[in-house]
Amino acid sequence: MPSIDQFRSEPVVETIGGDRTMVLNMGPQHPSTHGVLRLLLEIDGETIVRIKPDIGFLHTGIEKTCEAKFYQQVIPMTDRIDYLCPMTNNFAYVLAVEKLLGLEIPPRAMWIRLMLNELTRINSHLVWLGTHAMDIGAMTVFLYCFREREEILKMFEMVAGQRMMTSYFRIGGVSMDLPLGFLDYIKNFAAYFPDRIEQYSDLLTNNPIWLGRTKGVALITKEDAVELMLSGPTARGSGIDWDLRRDMPYGGYDQLNF
Amino acid sequence: MALQPAITDLELLKERPAVACLLSGLPQALQSAKFDRDELTLWIDSIHLLDALNLLRTSSGTRFTVLADLTALDWFPSEPRFEVVYSLLSYERHERIRIKVKVNGADPYIESVTGLWAGASPFEREVFDLFGIRFQGHPDLRRILMPDDWEGHPLRKDYPVEGYR
Repeated sequence: MPSIDQFRSEPVVETIGGDRTMVLNMGPQHPSTHGVLRLLLEIDGETIVRIKPDIGFLHTGIEKTCEAKFYQQVIPMTDRIDYLCPMTNNFAYVLAVEKLLGLEIPPRAMWIRLMLNELTRINSHLVWLGTHAMDIGAMTVFLYCFREREEILKMFEMVAGQRMMTSYFRIGGVSMDLPLGFLDYIKNFAAYFPDRIEQYSDLLTNNPIWLGRTKGVALITKEDAVELMLSGPTARGSGIDWDLRRDMPYGGYDQLNF
Repeated sequence: MALQPAITDLELLKERPAVACLLSGLPQALQSAKFDRDELTLWIDSIHLLDALNLLRTSSGTRFTVLADLTALDWFPSEPRFEVVYSLLSYERHERIRIKVKVNGADPYIESVTGLWAGASPFEREVFDLFGIRFQGHPDLRRILMPDDWEGHPLRKDYPVEGYR
């Protein structure tokens, strides 16, 4: 086995397509990368034939920081793993610690967590849908999505006093009970939100430009998805019928219907 | 939900599909097993790693087709110092297991699983970058998160959390 020093090298920039292709450097700062990401693209006209991603520009060493913290002190770190999924990451972490402790949590806390976890998921999906559509030319969708996302952030502020870095979950439950009026607010949201999904759909589903720029582009087969270790919506997009909440329920999802 | 004591006796675990599969197909690979908090962990001899993973992946009784995660642990200062951890998932049978392989600290290297799951490539690069464990047969083993000219491997336990190196 060669020594560690041998692995220190810049990514190779030799083309596989000979004279036909060229190498283009995209990023680390680029309007469509949403975060700091560098991509070495090898392109044949408008087709990308090979890509070498260079990540790590946003690496903050959260695992290392956690080494010197108490278990409770890690919760705010988990918010920052993904700024669109603070509660989801809180949830994963506290569930792990509760499993280690063999801790049972009160039903009310369980349902509060589930509700907020799902709101976080919607929040994340809205930002994805909005920015994704904006990147390929459908600006309007972004504004519609952010209208509803704002409502979700208001709810986060009601429970946690924070819109984004909520740190609301605790090992054994949540930091405090729901504020007065919160349940009415969320009921109202749940009542009108399905209609808003219709609005996004109206803007995109039959939109020829959006279809032309997504349909059949970068197709990933089911087999490739498994081999490439894809998960979640990406795997489902490749036809894998798998939803962790339904198939291996955790944290109370076994009591819900899918 | 009182905690049940962990089961480490292979005799009591031999009915588990993953254990049964290895005991019948590749008994020399299985070093030990532990069932704790509803999670099954198997320790595999590093020489038989690829065969064991491939067996668990393809055998009809287990079908652990998905490599959900690949990471490592540093048990400094004990020896063998590292453990490389593979989380396997079966879509068909809705089951997870954890495979652990012990790796010594003096010259830490292990066989790459990129031949079984191409997606393991960035995970192995991350373990290489942060723990300094090398993966034999990896197509492009370079640092992935830290800069190319970085000294040391930050997730090792003898690497300081704060201050200058």
